[in-house]
Amino acid sequence: MHDFLIAAAGFVLAMMAVGLFVVLRGPGNTERMMAAQLVGTGGIAGLLMAGTATGATAAADLALTLALLAMFASIAFVKKGTPGSPDAPEGPGE
Amino acid sequence: MLHALDVCVVLLVLPLAVRTIAARETFAAVVSFMAYGLLLTLAWMRLAAPDVALAVAAIGSGLSGVLLLGASARLRATERPAAAERPSALLRLAAGILSAMIAAGLAAGVLSQPDPGPTLAPSVAEHLATTGVGNPVTGVLMAFRAMDTMLEKIVLLFALVGVWSLAPDRLWGGRPGPRHQADPRGVLAFLARLLPPVGFVVGVYLLWVSADKPGGAFQGSTILAAMWLLVMMAGLGDTPPVASRWLRLALIVGPAVFLAVGLGGLWFGDAFLAYPEAYAKALIVVIELGMMLTVAVTLALLVAGAPARSVPRSVPRNTPRNAPRNARR
Amino acid sequence: MSVALDVMTITAICAGAFFFLAGTVGLLRFPDTLTRLHALTKADNLGLGLVVLGLLPRMPGPASALKLVCVWLLVMLGSATTSQLIARAVRQEGPSA
Repeated sequence: MHDFLIAAAGFVLAMMAVGLFVVLRGPGNTERMMAAQLVGTGGIAGLLMAGTATGATAAADLALTLALLAMFASIAFVKKGTPGSPDAPEGPGE
Repeated sequence: MLHALDVCVVLLVLPLAVRTIAARETFAAVVSFMAYGLLLTLAWMRLAAPDVALAVAAIGSGLSGVLLLGASARLRATERPAAAERPSALLRLAAGILSAMIAAGLAAGVLSQPDPGPTLAPSVAEHLATTGVGNPVTGVLMAFRAMDTMLEKIVLLFALVGVWSLAPDRLWGGRPGPRHQADPRGVLAFLARLLPPVGFVVGVYLLWVSADKPGGAFQGSTILAAMWLLVMMAGLGDTPPVASRWLRLALIVGPAVFLAVGLGGLWFGDAFLAYPEAYAKALIVVIELGMMLTVAVTLALLVAGAPARSVPRSVPRNTPRNAPRNARR
Repeated sequence: MSVALDVMTITAICAGAFFFLAGTVGLLRFPDTLTRLHALTKADNLGLGLVVLGLLPRMPGPASALKLVCVWLLVMLGSATTSQLIARAVRQEGPSA
Protein backbone atom coordinates (compact mmCIF):
# COMPACT_ATOMS: atom_id res chain seq x y z
CA MET A 1 0.00 0.00 0.00
CA HIS A 2 2.83 2.36 0.88
CA ASP A 3 4.58 1.68 -2.43
CA PHE A 4 1.33 1.93 -4.32
CA LEU A 5 0.58 5.37 -2.86
CA ILE A 6 4.08 6.62 -3.64
CA ALA A 7 3.84 5.30 -7.18
CA ALA A 8 0.45 6.94 -7.66
CA ALA A 9 1.82 10.23 -6.30
CA GLY A 10 4.73 10.03 -8.72
CA PHE A 11 2.36 9.33 -11.61
CA VAL A 12 0.15 12.30 -10.80
CA LEU A 13 3.21 14.53 -10.50
CA ALA A 14 4.44 13.31 -13.87
CA MET A 15 1.07 14.13 -15.43
CA MET A 16 1.23 17.56 -13.88
CA ALA A 17 4.73 18.06 -15.26
CA VAL A 18 3.54 17.29 -18.78
CA GLY A 19 0.58 19.61 -18.30
CA LEU A 20 2.79 22.41 -16.99
CA PHE A 21 5.12 22.05 -19.95
CA VAL A 22 2.21 22.45 -22.35
CA VAL A 23 0.53 25.26 -20.47
CA LEU A 24 3.61 27.38 -19.84
CA ARG A 25 4.61 27.21 -23.47
CA GLY A 26 1.79 29.57 -24.30
CA PRO A 27 1.04 31.09 -26.70
CA GLY A 28 -0.50 34.06 -25.01
CA ASN A 29 -1.15 34.89 -21.41
CA THR A 30 -4.51 33.18 -21.13
CA GLU A 31 -2.90 29.78 -21.59
CA ARG A 32 -0.48 30.47 -18.80
CA MET A 33 -3.23 31.48 -16.43
CA MET A 34 -4.21 27.86 -16.19
CA ALA A 35 -0.92 26.96 -14.57
CA ALA A 36 -2.05 27.83 -11.05
CA GLN A 37 -5.14 25.70 -11.55
CA LEU A 38 -3.03 22.77 -12.69
CA VAL A 39 -0.59 22.99 -9.83
CA GLY A 40 -3.48 23.39 -7.42
CA THR A 41 -5.17 20.11 -8.28
CA GLY A 42 -2.17 17.98 -9.26
CA GLY A 43 0.08 19.24 -6.52
CA ILE A 44 -2.55 18.70 -3.84
CA ALA A 45 -3.26 15.17 -5.05
CA GLY A 46 0.43 14.26 -5.05
CA LEU A 47 0.98 15.92 -1.69
CA LEU A 48 -1.92 14.12 -0.04
CA MET A 49 -0.88 10.74 -1.34
CA ALA A 50 2.77 11.16 -0.44
CA GLY A 51 1.86 12.57 2.96
CA THR A 52 -0.49 9.72 3.77
CA ALA A 53 2.07 7.16 2.67
CA THR A 54 4.82 8.59 4.87
CA GLY A 55 2.52 9.35 7.78
CA ALA A 56 2.97 13.12 7.67
CA THR A 57 -0.20 14.47 9.24
CA ALA A 58 0.64 18.04 8.29
CA ALA A 59 -0.07 17.19 4.66
CA ALA A 60 -3.78 17.96 5.06
CA ASP A 61 -3.08 21.43 6.51
CA LEU A 62 -0.60 22.11 3.75
CA ALA A 63 -3.16 20.97 1.19
CA LEU A 64 -5.71 23.40 2.66
CA THR A 65 -3.23 26.25 2.38
CA LEU A 66 -2.27 25.27 -1.16
CA ALA A 67 -5.92 25.13 -2.21
CA LEU A 68 -6.60 28.63 -0.91
CA LEU A 69 -3.44 30.08 -2.36
CA ALA A 70 -3.81 28.41 -5.75
CA MET A 71 -7.23 29.99 -6.00
CA PHE A 72 -5.87 33.36 -4.96
CA ALA A 73 -3.04 33.01 -7.47
CA SER A 74 -5.42 32.13 -10.33
CA ILE A 75 -7.56 35.16 -9.62
CA ALA A 76 -4.48 37.37 -9.46
CA PHE A 77 -3.34 35.96 -12.81
CA VAL A 78 -6.64 36.75 -14.44
CA LYS A 79 -6.83 40.21 -12.92
CA LYS A 80 -3.30 41.24 -13.76
CA GLY A 81 -2.63 39.25 -16.88
CA THR A 82 -5.32 40.63 -19.14
CA PRO A 83 -4.31 43.71 -21.11
CA GLY A 84 -7.03 45.90 -19.61
CA SER A 85 -5.63 45.23 -16.16
CA PRO A 86 -6.34 48.07 -13.74
CA ASP A 87 -2.78 47.90 -12.50
CA ALA A 88 -1.29 48.85 -15.82
CA PRO A 89 -0.64 52.58 -16.00
CA GLU A 90 -3.26 54.29 -18.08
CA GLY A 91 -1.14 56.92 -19.68
CA PRO A 92 2.19 58.68 -19.72
CA GLY A 93 3.44 59.97 -16.43
CA GLU A 94 2.81 58.57 -12.92
CA MET B 1 10.53 3.94 -3.67
CA LEU B 2 10.63 7.20 -1.79
CA HIS B 3 13.90 8.05 -3.48
CA ALA B 4 12.16 7.68 -6.83
CA LEU B 5 9.52 10.16 -5.67
CA ASP B 6 12.21 12.60 -4.57
CA VAL B 7 13.88 12.31 -7.96
CA CYS B 8 10.50 13.00 -9.59
CA VAL B 9 10.05 16.14 -7.53
CA VAL B 10 13.55 17.37 -8.39
CA LEU B 11 12.98 16.64 -12.08
CA LEU B 12 9.80 18.69 -11.86
CA VAL B 13 11.21 21.64 -9.98
CA LEU B 14 14.50 22.18 -11.83
CA PRO B 15 13.08 22.64 -15.35
CA LEU B 16 10.51 25.03 -13.89
CA ALA B 17 13.32 27.07 -12.40
CA VAL B 18 15.11 27.14 -15.75
CA ARG B 19 11.82 28.13 -17.42
CA THR B 20 11.43 31.01 -14.99
CA ILE B 21 14.78 32.47 -15.91
CA ALA B 22 14.56 31.74 -19.61
CA ALA B 23 11.06 33.11 -20.15
CA ARG B 24 10.96 36.11 -22.42
CA GLU B 25 7.90 37.85 -21.06
CA THR B 26 7.63 38.93 -17.47
CA PHE B 27 4.16 37.47 -17.04
CA ALA B 28 5.33 34.04 -18.18
CA ALA B 29 8.29 34.26 -15.84
CA VAL B 30 6.11 35.16 -12.86
CA VAL B 31 3.66 32.34 -13.61
CA SER B 32 6.54 29.87 -13.78
CA PHE B 33 7.92 31.30 -10.56
CA MET B 34 4.65 30.80 -8.74
CA ALA B 35 4.26 27.26 -10.00
CA TYR B 36 7.85 26.59 -8.96
CA GLY B 37 7.18 27.94 -5.47
CA LEU B 38 4.01 25.94 -5.02
CA LEU B 39 5.86 22.79 -6.04
CA LEU B 40 8.80 23.53 -3.80
CA THR B 41 6.43 22.88 -0.92
CA LEU B 42 6.45 19.27 -1.98
CA ALA B 43 10.22 19.24 -1.67
CA TRP B 44 10.04 20.77 1.78
CA MET B 45 7.50 18.19 2.87
CA ARG B 46 9.84 15.46 1.73
CA LEU B 47 12.59 17.11 3.77
CA ALA B 48 10.32 16.85 6.85
CA ALA B 49 9.99 20.62 7.28
CA PRO B 50 6.24 21.25 7.11
CA ASP B 51 6.44 24.71 8.72
CA VAL B 52 8.85 25.85 6.04
CA ALA B 53 6.63 24.25 3.39
CA LEU B 54 3.68 26.29 4.67
CA ALA B 55 5.74 29.47 4.67
CA VAL B 56 7.04 28.89 1.14
CA ALA B 57 3.54 28.17 -0.17
CA ALA B 58 2.03 31.17 1.52
CA ILE B 59 4.63 33.89 1.26
CA GLY B 60 7.37 32.67 -1.03
CA SER B 61 5.13 31.90 -3.95
CA GLY B 62 1.69 33.20 -3.03
CA LEU B 63 2.09 36.78 -1.91
CA SER B 64 5.49 37.47 -3.47
CA GLY B 65 4.17 36.13 -6.73
CA VAL B 66 1.20 38.48 -6.69
CA LEU B 67 3.53 41.34 -5.84
CA LEU B 68 5.66 40.46 -8.89
CA LEU B 69 2.52 40.18 -11.00
CA GLY B 70 1.54 43.70 -10.09
CA ALA B 71 5.01 44.88 -11.02
CA SER B 72 4.89 43.03 -14.33
CA ALA B 73 1.53 44.61 -15.14
CA ARG B 74 2.98 48.05 -14.56
CA LEU B 75 6.03 47.29 -16.65
CA ARG B 76 4.15 45.83 -19.57
CA ALA B 77 4.49 48.99 -21.64
CA THR B 78 8.25 48.97 -21.26
CA GLU B 79 8.76 45.32 -22.11
CA ARG B 80 9.22 45.66 -25.83
CA PRO B 81 11.82 48.45 -25.69
CA ALA B 82 13.58 46.63 -22.85
CA ALA B 83 13.76 43.41 -24.84
CA ALA B 84 15.09 45.33 -27.82
CA GLU B 85 18.20 46.46 -26.03
CA ARG B 86 20.47 43.47 -25.56
CA PRO B 87 23.87 43.89 -23.94
CA SER B 88 26.99 42.92 -25.90
CA ALA B 89 28.10 39.30 -26.07
CA LEU B 90 31.20 40.07 -24.02
CA LEU B 91 29.11 41.50 -21.18
CA ARG B 92 26.82 38.51 -21.19
CA LEU B 93 29.79 36.13 -21.12
CA ALA B 94 31.31 37.98 -18.18
CA ALA B 95 27.99 37.87 -16.31
CA GLY B 96 27.69 34.16 -17.00
CA ILE B 97 31.19 33.45 -15.70
CA LEU B 98 30.61 35.52 -12.56
CA SER B 99 27.31 33.72 -11.85
CA ALA B 100 28.91 30.33 -12.38
CA MET B 101 31.73 31.21 -9.99
CA ILE B 102 29.31 32.31 -7.31
CA ALA B 103 27.24 29.16 -7.76
CA ALA B 104 30.37 27.02 -7.51
CA GLY B 105 31.43 28.85 -4.36
CA LEU B 106 28.02 28.30 -2.78
CA ALA B 107 28.00 24.62 -3.74
CA ALA B 108 31.49 24.17 -2.29
CA GLY B 109 30.37 25.85 0.92
CA VAL B 110 27.29 23.67 1.26
CA LEU B 111 29.00 20.41 0.36
CA SER B 112 31.95 20.95 2.64
CA GLN B 113 29.80 21.22 5.76
CA PRO B 114 30.55 18.56 8.39
CA ASP B 115 27.92 15.86 8.42
CA PRO B 116 26.02 16.03 10.79
CA GLY B 117 26.40 19.79 10.99
CA PRO B 118 26.70 21.70 14.28
CA THR B 119 23.21 22.22 15.65
CA LEU B 120 21.40 23.44 18.72
CA ALA B 121 18.47 21.07 18.16
CA PRO B 122 19.22 18.75 21.09
CA SER B 123 19.32 21.61 23.57
CA VAL B 124 16.07 23.00 22.12
CA ALA B 125 14.45 19.61 22.55
CA GLU B 126 15.72 19.49 26.11
CA HIS B 127 14.26 22.84 27.16
CA LEU B 128 11.11 22.87 25.02
CA ALA B 129 8.84 21.90 27.89
CA THR B 130 9.58 25.14 29.72
CA THR B 131 8.03 27.19 26.92
CA GLY B 132 4.65 25.47 27.14
CA VAL B 133 4.49 24.69 23.42
CA GLY B 134 5.07 21.35 21.77
CA ASN B 135 6.21 22.42 18.33
CA PRO B 136 9.96 23.09 18.41
CA VAL B 137 9.76 25.57 15.53
CA THR B 138 7.24 27.69 17.45
CA GLY B 139 9.34 27.32 20.56
CA VAL B 140 12.40 28.69 18.80
CA LEU B 141 10.51 31.48 17.02
CA MET B 142 8.45 32.68 19.95
CA ALA B 143 10.51 31.88 23.00
CA PHE B 144 14.17 31.10 22.47
CA ARG B 145 14.66 33.59 19.65
CA ALA B 146 11.74 35.89 20.33
CA MET B 147 14.02 38.89 19.94
CA ASP B 148 14.67 38.05 16.29
CA THR B 149 10.95 37.61 15.62
CA MET B 150 10.16 40.97 17.17
CA LEU B 151 12.82 42.74 15.18
CA GLU B 152 11.56 41.09 11.98
CA LYS B 153 8.12 42.53 12.54
CA ILE B 154 9.60 45.99 13.00
CA VAL B 155 11.57 45.55 9.78
CA LEU B 156 8.31 44.72 8.01
CA LEU B 157 6.92 48.04 9.20
CA PHE B 158 9.94 49.87 7.81
CA ALA B 159 9.45 48.08 4.50
CA LEU B 160 5.86 49.26 4.40
CA VAL B 161 6.87 52.84 5.11
CA GLY B 162 9.44 52.49 2.35
CA VAL B 163 6.76 51.38 -0.11
CA TRP B 164 4.50 54.25 0.92
CA SER B 165 7.30 56.74 0.44
CA LEU B 166 7.30 55.91 -3.28
CA ALA B 167 4.13 57.92 -3.68
CA PRO B 168 4.38 61.54 -4.87
CA ASP B 169 3.88 64.12 -2.12
CA ARG B 170 0.41 65.17 -3.15
CA LEU B 171 -0.85 61.60 -2.80
CA TRP B 172 0.58 60.90 0.64
CA GLY B 173 -2.11 59.53 2.88
CA GLY B 174 -4.22 58.35 -0.04
CA ARG B 175 -5.53 54.97 -1.04
CA PRO B 176 -3.08 52.44 -2.49
CA GLY B 177 -3.58 50.91 -5.87
CA PRO B 178 -6.33 51.28 -8.42
CA ARG B 179 -10.00 50.80 -7.68
CA HIS B 180 -10.85 47.38 -8.97
CA GLN B 181 -14.18 46.92 -10.65
CA ALA B 182 -16.08 43.70 -10.85
CA ASP B 183 -19.71 42.91 -11.45
CA PRO B 184 -21.19 42.70 -7.94
CA ARG B 185 -23.43 39.84 -9.07
CA GLY B 186 -20.63 38.10 -10.96
CA VAL B 187 -18.44 35.14 -10.34
CA LEU B 188 -15.52 36.96 -8.78
CA ALA B 189 -17.71 38.82 -6.32
CA PHE B 190 -19.36 35.52 -5.40
CA LEU B 191 -16.01 33.97 -4.63
CA ALA B 192 -14.90 37.04 -2.71
CA ARG B 193 -17.96 36.74 -0.51
CA LEU B 194 -17.70 33.01 0.03
CA LEU B 195 -14.01 32.48 0.49
CA PRO B 196 -12.83 35.02 3.09
CA PRO B 197 -14.73 33.45 6.01
CA VAL B 198 -13.24 30.07 5.13
CA GLY B 199 -9.81 31.62 4.73
CA PHE B 200 -10.19 33.42 8.04
CA VAL B 201 -10.93 30.17 9.82
CA VAL B 202 -8.00 28.42 8.15
CA GLY B 203 -5.66 31.29 9.02
CA VAL B 204 -6.63 31.37 12.68
CA TYR B 205 -6.51 27.57 12.74
CA LEU B 206 -2.92 27.64 11.49
CA LEU B 207 -2.06 30.06 14.28
CA TRP B 208 -3.77 27.92 16.91
CA VAL B 209 -2.38 24.61 15.78
CA SER B 210 1.18 25.95 15.64
CA ALA B 211 1.48 25.42 19.38
CA ASP B 212 1.89 21.69 18.99
CA LYS B 213 1.84 20.85 15.30
CA PRO B 214 3.22 22.39 12.14
CA GLY B 215 1.63 25.73 11.41
CA GLY B 216 2.59 29.23 12.30
CA ALA B 217 1.36 32.70 13.01
CA PHE B 218 3.15 34.09 9.98
CA GLN B 219 1.61 31.57 7.61
CA GLY B 220 -1.85 32.15 9.08
CA SER B 221 -1.46 35.91 8.71
CA THR B 222 -0.51 35.49 5.08
CA ILE B 223 -3.75 33.66 4.41
CA LEU B 224 -5.66 36.45 6.13
CA ALA B 225 -3.83 39.02 4.01
CA ALA B 226 -4.63 37.02 0.87
CA MET B 227 -8.32 36.99 1.76
CA TRP B 228 -8.37 40.74 2.28
CA LEU B 229 -6.56 41.22 -1.02
CA LEU B 230 -9.18 39.02 -2.65
CA VAL B 231 -11.94 41.24 -1.34
CA MET B 232 -10.12 44.28 -2.69
CA MET B 233 -9.43 42.66 -6.06
CA ALA B 234 -13.10 41.81 -6.46
CA GLY B 235 -14.04 45.43 -5.90
CA LEU B 236 -16.12 44.57 -2.85
CA GLY B 237 -14.08 46.86 -0.69
CA ASP B 238 -11.71 49.67 -1.39
CA THR B 239 -8.18 49.95 -0.11
CA PRO B 240 -8.09 52.01 3.07
CA PRO B 241 -6.39 55.42 2.97
CA VAL B 242 -2.99 55.03 4.55
CA ALA B 243 -3.54 58.03 6.77
CA SER B 244 -6.43 56.26 8.46
CA ARG B 245 -6.05 56.02 12.20
CA TRP B 246 -7.35 52.50 12.73
CA LEU B 247 -5.02 51.25 10.02
CA ARG B 248 -1.98 52.72 11.70
CA LEU B 249 -3.16 51.37 15.03
CA ALA B 250 -3.43 47.88 13.54
CA LEU B 251 0.07 48.22 12.14
CA ILE B 252 1.69 48.97 15.46
CA VAL B 253 -0.33 46.68 17.70
CA GLY B 254 1.88 43.66 17.00
CA PRO B 255 5.30 45.13 17.78
CA ALA B 256 3.76 47.14 20.63
CA VAL B 257 2.43 44.02 22.37
CA PHE B 258 5.72 42.27 21.77
CA LEU B 259 7.64 45.17 23.24
CA ALA B 260 5.27 45.41 26.19
CA VAL B 261 5.73 41.72 27.02
CA GLY B 262 9.46 42.14 26.62
CA LEU B 263 9.61 45.08 28.98
CA GLY B 264 7.35 43.19 31.37
CA GLY B 265 9.91 40.42 31.32
CA LEU B 266 12.54 42.95 32.28
CA TRP B 267 10.38 44.34 35.08
CA PHE B 268 8.96 41.15 36.57
CA GLY B 269 11.51 38.59 35.45
CA ASP B 270 15.22 38.40 34.81
CA ALA B 271 15.66 39.61 31.27
CA PHE B 272 14.04 41.34 28.31
CA LEU B 273 11.49 38.97 26.78
CA ALA B 274 11.80 36.46 29.61
CA TYR B 275 8.48 34.69 30.12
CA PRO B 276 7.63 33.46 33.63
CA GLU B 277 7.23 29.74 33.20
CA ALA B 278 3.64 29.52 34.41
CA TYR B 279 2.41 32.11 31.90
CA ALA B 280 4.68 31.27 29.00
CA LYS B 281 2.05 29.76 26.73
CA ALA B 282 -0.52 32.47 27.48
CA LEU B 283 1.99 35.21 26.74
CA ILE B 284 3.02 33.53 23.52
CA VAL B 285 -0.61 33.33 22.38
CA VAL B 286 -1.19 37.00 23.20
CA ILE B 287 1.91 38.03 21.26
CA GLU B 288 0.93 35.85 18.32
CA LEU B 289 -2.57 37.33 18.16
CA GLY B 290 -1.19 40.85 18.06
CA MET B 291 1.38 39.80 15.50
CA MET B 292 -1.25 38.13 13.35
CA LEU B 293 -3.25 41.35 13.01
CA THR B 294 -0.21 43.45 12.23
CA VAL B 295 1.41 41.04 9.80
CA ALA B 296 -1.85 40.43 7.92
CA VAL B 297 -2.46 44.16 7.47
CA THR B 298 1.19 44.84 6.61
CA LEU B 299 1.44 42.10 4.00
CA ALA B 300 -1.80 43.11 2.34
CA LEU B 301 -0.70 46.74 2.19
CA LEU B 302 2.72 45.78 0.85
CA VAL B 303 1.06 44.03 -2.07
CA ALA B 304 -1.45 46.84 -2.54
CA GLY B 305 1.39 49.25 -3.09
CA ALA B 306 2.06 52.94 -2.70
CA PRO B 307 -0.82 55.41 -2.38
CA ALA B 308 -2.12 56.18 -5.85
CA ARG B 309 -5.38 57.99 -5.28
CA SER B 310 -5.71 60.90 -2.93
CA VAL B 311 -8.55 61.16 -0.47
CA PRO B 312 -10.27 64.56 -0.74
CA ARG B 313 -9.83 66.57 2.42
CA SER B 314 -13.04 66.87 4.38
CA VAL B 315 -14.33 70.42 4.63
CA PRO B 316 -13.72 71.66 8.20
CA ARG B 317 -16.79 72.99 10.00
CA ASN B 318 -17.07 76.59 11.27
CA THR B 319 -14.70 77.94 8.65
CA PRO B 320 -15.54 79.65 5.39
CA ARG B 321 -16.15 77.16 2.64
CA ASN B 322 -13.01 76.14 0.81
CA ALA B 323 -13.23 73.88 -2.18
CA PRO B 324 -11.80 70.40 -1.36
CA ARG B 325 -8.75 69.59 -3.39
CA ASN B 326 -10.04 66.97 -5.73
CA ALA B 327 -6.99 65.27 -7.13
CA ARG B 328 -8.58 61.87 -7.78
CA ARG B 329 -7.37 60.09 -10.94
CA MET C 1 -12.86 -5.29 6.69
CA SER C 2 -9.48 -3.76 6.22
CA VAL C 3 -9.02 -5.77 3.02
CA ALA C 4 -12.22 -4.25 1.66
CA LEU C 5 -10.99 -0.77 2.62
CA ASP C 6 -7.65 -1.40 0.95
CA VAL C 7 -9.41 -2.54 -2.21
CA MET C 8 -11.52 0.60 -2.14
CA THR C 9 -8.44 2.77 -1.72
CA ILE C 10 -6.63 1.11 -4.60
CA THR C 11 -9.63 1.26 -6.93
CA ALA C 12 -10.43 4.88 -6.15
CA ILE C 13 -6.84 6.02 -6.55
CA CYS C 14 -6.44 4.15 -9.81
CA ALA C 15 -9.62 5.75 -11.11
CA GLY C 16 -8.36 9.14 -9.95
CA ALA C 17 -5.02 8.63 -11.69
CA PHE C 18 -6.88 7.65 -14.84
CA PHE C 19 -8.81 10.92 -14.76
CA PHE C 20 -5.59 12.86 -14.27
CA LEU C 21 -4.24 11.06 -17.32
CA ALA C 22 -7.40 11.92 -19.26
CA GLY C 23 -7.11 15.57 -18.23
CA THR C 24 -3.50 15.77 -19.34
CA VAL C 25 -4.24 14.06 -22.65
CA GLY C 26 -7.02 16.58 -23.16
CA LEU C 27 -4.64 19.39 -22.36
CA LEU C 28 -2.25 18.06 -25.01
CA ARG C 29 -4.71 17.22 -27.73
CA PHE C 30 -7.54 19.72 -27.60
CA PRO C 31 -7.36 22.44 -30.21
CA ASP C 32 -7.92 25.69 -28.34
CA THR C 33 -7.78 27.35 -24.95
CA LEU C 34 -11.41 26.95 -23.97
CA THR C 35 -11.50 23.21 -24.57
CA ARG C 36 -8.20 22.77 -22.80
CA LEU C 37 -9.53 24.74 -19.84
CA HIS C 38 -12.50 22.41 -19.74
CA ALA C 39 -10.28 19.34 -19.75
CA LEU C 40 -8.13 20.77 -17.01
CA THR C 41 -10.79 21.84 -14.58
CA LYS C 42 -13.29 19.03 -14.97
CA ALA C 43 -11.05 16.00 -15.32
CA ASP C 44 -8.43 17.05 -12.79
CA ASN C 45 -11.08 17.88 -10.22
CA LEU C 46 -12.76 14.54 -10.60
CA GLY C 47 -9.35 12.92 -10.31
CA LEU C 48 -8.67 14.80 -7.09
CA GLY C 49 -12.09 13.84 -5.75
CA LEU C 50 -11.45 10.17 -6.40
CA VAL C 51 -8.01 10.38 -4.83
CA VAL C 52 -9.51 12.00 -1.73
CA LEU C 53 -12.17 9.28 -1.63
CA GLY C 54 -9.47 6.66 -1.78
CA LEU C 55 -7.49 8.27 1.03
CA LEU C 56 -10.44 8.61 3.40
CA PRO C 57 -10.15 5.11 4.94
CA ARG C 58 -6.49 5.74 5.73
CA MET C 59 -7.08 8.84 7.82
CA PRO C 60 -6.52 8.54 11.59
CA GLY C 61 -9.87 10.01 12.56
CA PRO C 62 -13.10 11.62 11.34
CA ALA C 63 -11.65 15.11 11.77
CA SER C 64 -8.82 14.45 9.32
CA ALA C 65 -11.24 12.80 6.90
CA LEU C 66 -13.46 15.88 7.06
CA LYS C 67 -10.43 18.05 6.43
CA LEU C 68 -9.66 16.15 3.24
CA VAL C 69 -13.23 16.53 2.03
CA CYS C 70 -13.01 20.27 2.77
CA VAL C 71 -9.86 20.49 0.66
CA TRP C 72 -11.67 18.85 -2.23
CA LEU C 73 -14.69 21.14 -1.87
CA LEU C 74 -12.44 24.20 -1.80
CA VAL C 75 -10.60 23.08 -4.93
CA MET C 76 -13.90 22.43 -6.69
CA LEU C 77 -15.22 25.86 -5.75
CA GLY C 78 -12.00 27.48 -6.83
CA SER C 79 -11.71 25.79 -10.19
CA ALA C 80 -15.39 26.31 -11.01
CA THR C 81 -15.06 30.05 -10.52
CA THR C 82 -11.57 30.55 -11.93
CA SER C 83 -12.43 28.58 -15.06
CA GLN C 84 -15.26 31.06 -15.62
CA LEU C 85 -12.90 33.98 -15.10
CA ILE C 86 -10.24 32.58 -17.41
CA ALA C 87 -12.85 31.82 -20.05
CA ARG C 88 -14.02 35.41 -19.84
CA ALA C 89 -10.44 36.58 -20.27
CA VAL C 90 -10.09 34.34 -23.31
CA ARG C 91 -13.24 35.79 -24.82
CA GLN C 92 -11.91 39.30 -24.30
CA GLU C 93 -8.62 38.58 -25.97
CA GLY C 94 -9.95 36.32 -28.70
CA PRO C 95 -9.29 32.56 -28.68
CA SER C 96 -5.71 31.58 -29.36
CA ALA C 97 -4.81 28.67 -31.58
